[in-house]
Amino acid sequence: MFQQLAFYSLATLAIVAGLFVISGKNPISCAIALVVTLGSVAGLFVLLDAHFIATIQILVYAGAIMVLFVFVIMLLNLHPDEMGPPQISPLKMVGCALAGAGSILLMLKFVKVGGQFPAVPPEYGTIEAVSIKLFTDYLIPFEVISILLTTAVVGAVVVGKRDL
Amino acid sequence: MVSINQYLVLSAILFTLGVSGVLIRRNAIIVLMCIELMLNAVNLTFVAFARQHGQLDGHVVVFFVMAVAAAEAAVGLALVMALFRHKATVNLDQANLLKG
Repeated sequence: MFQQLAFYSLATLAIVAGLFVISGKNPISCAIALVVTLGSVAGLFVLLDAHFIATIQILVYAGAIMVLFVFVIMLLNLHPDEMGPPQISPLKMVGCALAGAGSILLMLKFVKVGGQFPAVPPEYGTIEAVSIKLFTDYLIPFEVISILLTTAVVGAVVVGKRDL
Repeated sequence: MVSINQYLVLSAILFTLGVSGVLIRRNAIIVLMCIELMLNAVNLTFVAFARQHGQLDGHVVVFFVMAVAAAEAAVGLALVMALFRHKATVNLDQANLLKG
């Protein structure tokens, strides 16, 4: 009962805030709405017993990435006419409708795994269980990710240089 | 009770919102935000399936997706800065240098 209530309230919050992200006029309010969406998804992760993932969702997404976005919005200092309303054409509406129908059909028809969630051990999704997996089976991808992050930081610095 | 199907439908809706945002918005920063929204919807699917199967591999993949999302946001926002410096706009319709 509690799970149902929590799921539906978090899902509604996520969808409403997501709608605001794509319809908001001011980039800052879009960023705030995106933080709300990411926070609701973090709550859903908790409902799915993914405690570690929920924590890094808040830390990495709502913390680091959104601060980066807000900083860039602040640095650009855009004119109000550049933050105008979304441009909607019939072709784009068809594209959106097709994307929606396609993804929901994919989820509903092609993936038939329904039913109750099975019981899991109490340590499921904790930092200890995830990190054992991360540093044994997925050690090499983990090291590759560190190379990727270094490359991305160097690339961002080079692209952001004044005399490109 | 809430089953995996509800999570999958919610994830599809969030992904669709992200796709629609990329299609209808012309502000490069908001397009990047919508990409983050799509990545998050996919993360929700990964975690829901991981819970359904009682495995933790999905959580590890979500961890990697978050790292890639952080890298993508850093490079993407640097590109937006470079675009703004050259064209004094973040409107994607005006970034048409490569258009034939």
